Amino acid sequence: MTYTQVALLGVVLAVILDAGLLRTRLLTRRVFWTSYAIIVFFQLITNGMFTGFGIVGYNGDAIMGGSSPAEGPPPFIGDGRIAFAPVEDLLFGFALILMTLSLWVFWGRRGVQRKPTSGPPIWRKG
Amino acid sequence: MARYSYVAILAFVLAGSVWLEVALRTRVFRRWLRLGLSILPAVVAFFVWDVYAVAQGHWYFDPERILGVMLPGEVPLDEVLFFIVIPIASILTIEAVRSVKSAWVVGDEPEETTEPAP
Repeated sequence: MTYTQVALLGVVLAVILDAGLLRTRLLTRRVFWTSYAIIVFFQLITNGMFTGFGIVGYNGDAIMGGSSPAEGPPPFIGDGRIAFAPVEDLLFGFALILMTLSLWVFWGRRGVQRKPTSGPPIWRKG
Repeated sequence: MARYSYVAILAFVLAGSVWLEVALRTRVFRRWLRLGLSILPAVVAFFVWDVYAVAQGHWYFDPERILGVMLPGEVPLDEVLFFIVIPIASILTIEAVRSVKSAWVVGDEPEETTEPAP
């Protein structure tokens, strides 16, 4: 399989975990998508550093875009890349985040350290 | 110093998220057992993915910019740290959102107890 195919499979498995196996249904919740929006913003920064500085390289045969580093850094956007990183990395990250958060909610629902609960922020009385 | 490049980015991720534990009282680290149980399966699953991807040549690491400790399957130690740090930051984020938006359902709330009055 290519990275593109494995990444799609990873997302499918994470969705099955959340919607089917654990029934945490995070994909239906506003709290998940709000959190994901924050996380993906920072993911673009960190992935950009990993790939832009050449810490991690990718084989063009395994992704939609071309290889990096071939000659110098990959394009910031275009050729299957966003912020230097292959778009496949967004699928990889989504699968990792959804799997982790689904398990977090699952254990809490099972009564494993549901408490102490989160909040309130220090600027609010509580 | 270059060999700390990878872990420096992980430190950046932690710096960007751990303050939530204090400022938004997320109380994630105090729930260390639940945290560990949530991270461990992800570490195992993504380590397997990593071994496959390295074997297939999907991605590779600049040997000058990682710690240099290689685990079975030619996976750098840095990667396992990634699979620990990113889930911690993600859980801190969702609990931070919940701290601010306390009315939003997450799915781990205690079930409504509708006991009949005596």
